[in-house]
Amino acid sequence: MNSPSAQFVTSRRMGVYDPIHQMSMWGENFKSNSNLNSPASLIVEDVKLDSQSEDASHGISGPSNQYDQEATKPVDKAQRRLAQNREAARKSRLRKKAYVQQLETSRLKLIQLEHELECARHQGSYIGGGLDAIHPGFPGAVNPGITTFEIEYGNWVEEQNRQICDLRNALNAHVTDMELRMLVENCRNHYFELFRMKETAAKADVFYVTSGMWKTSAERFFSWIGGIRPSELLKVLGPQLNPMTEQQSAKVVVLRDACLQAEDALWQGMERLQQTLAETVAASQLIEGSYIPQMAPAMKKLEALVEFVNEADHIREEALEQMFHILTIRQAARGLLALGEYFQRFRALSKLWATRSHEPA
Amino acid sequence: MDKVTRLVSEKGIVIFSKSSCCMCYAVIILFKELGVKPLVHEIDEDPEGREIEKALMRLGCNAPVPAVFIGGTLVGSTNEVMSLHLKGSLTPLLQPYKSP
Repeated sequence: MNSPSAQFVTSRRMGVYDPIHQMSMWGENFKSNSNLNSPASLIVEDVKLDSQSEDASHGISGPSNQYDQEATKPVDKAQRRLAQNREAARKSRLRKKAYVQQLETSRLKLIQLEHELECARHQGSYIGGGLDAIHPGFPGAVNPGITTFEIEYGNWVEEQNRQICDLRNALNAHVTDMELRMLVENCRNHYFELFRMKETAAKADVFYVTSGMWKTSAERFFSWIGGIRPSELLKVLGPQLNPMTEQQSAKVVVLRDACLQAEDALWQGMERLQQTLAETVAASQLIEGSYIPQMAPAMKKLEALVEFVNEADHIREEALEQMFHILTIRQAARGLLALGEYFQRFRALSKLWATRSHEPA
Repeated sequence: MDKVTRLVSEKGIVIFSKSSCCMCYAVIILFKELGVKPLVHEIDEDPEGREIEKALMRLGCNAPVPAVFIGGTLVGSTNEVMSLHLKGSLTPLLQPYKSP
């Protein structure tokens, strides 16, 4: 009656306790529970299968054309039952096929995700975007620009730690101004390198930069347009620079005021950007089941965010640069040491926080 | 170019902007905070906006807006303005144009 087939999908035994039959029933439950779309129109009716089904149900329901006395009634009933069985079997086959296809797709997706996870573990912790990743057609691909940044930033922090050590040792050892100058220059260039790296990263994924995900948790608390507030930078440097001449003090005050004004203006621009983006998105309408066609103006606004991040970094860079102009080498060295240690402490705090006990007191 | 020249000689501080540009808005806010009232020209609302844009690009601006002119001279865009301000050179430039 049935030809046993090697293929799982096309095996045709239709006994009640058939494992495939069971699986297709289970598949049906699986489907109804998880709201997955079964592709509606992809299964072509197989006539041959149908006739086999008829044979099978014929076998189950027993020969029904043997009793001629009640020929019409039982035959009608039997016919109806046969038709119903055929239909049920057909539907069951369709469901099973859809279910198996879903399994196949999920399996492939799982393999891909595992692969990405492995890559990410080796290269850093960035996997493109959290919720963005759970989107049909967007398998959450790793952004190479960001992966690069993560690696480079890791190296940057290591180098930073080395430079902080060097500065500390040099200041304690009372080295000459000449030697200090070299260290200060290195530190200064190191910071400027970070700004270059961030500029590239912002082009790759501006939201990654503004989220502060590349920094430790406690640092993120203070994040202002993708980094520390420029005026905060100066505040940290400040106490370490004494004694300062009156002229220097006055210049630092002027610089700090200028920073605050620049920050305020930039921030108001950002708020306006947020507002106009919200208005643009609120005005979007569904066109043929998609919002995408109306998103062009919103996309332009998101691109403007890159400019703001770059401008914020520009202000940071300029503030540092101006401090180097105002300060003596020794003062600059002390300031850089203070700044470096400040960030080191925050990173340590973040680590402590991450490993804190979760036990109730 | 003539229109640009004419406009920048009309007032001491002239800023070319676009109404949709939030960075322009930031620069205008900065100038207001510094106590001056720049003449803002929204080129997207000007029928000759395209020509103005081209003229500004020819003057060497990377982005046409914001473009800041003080005393008829091109100062630059956001970057240049911020740098000037942090250097302490912007305020003296604005001094003649401050409202009493």
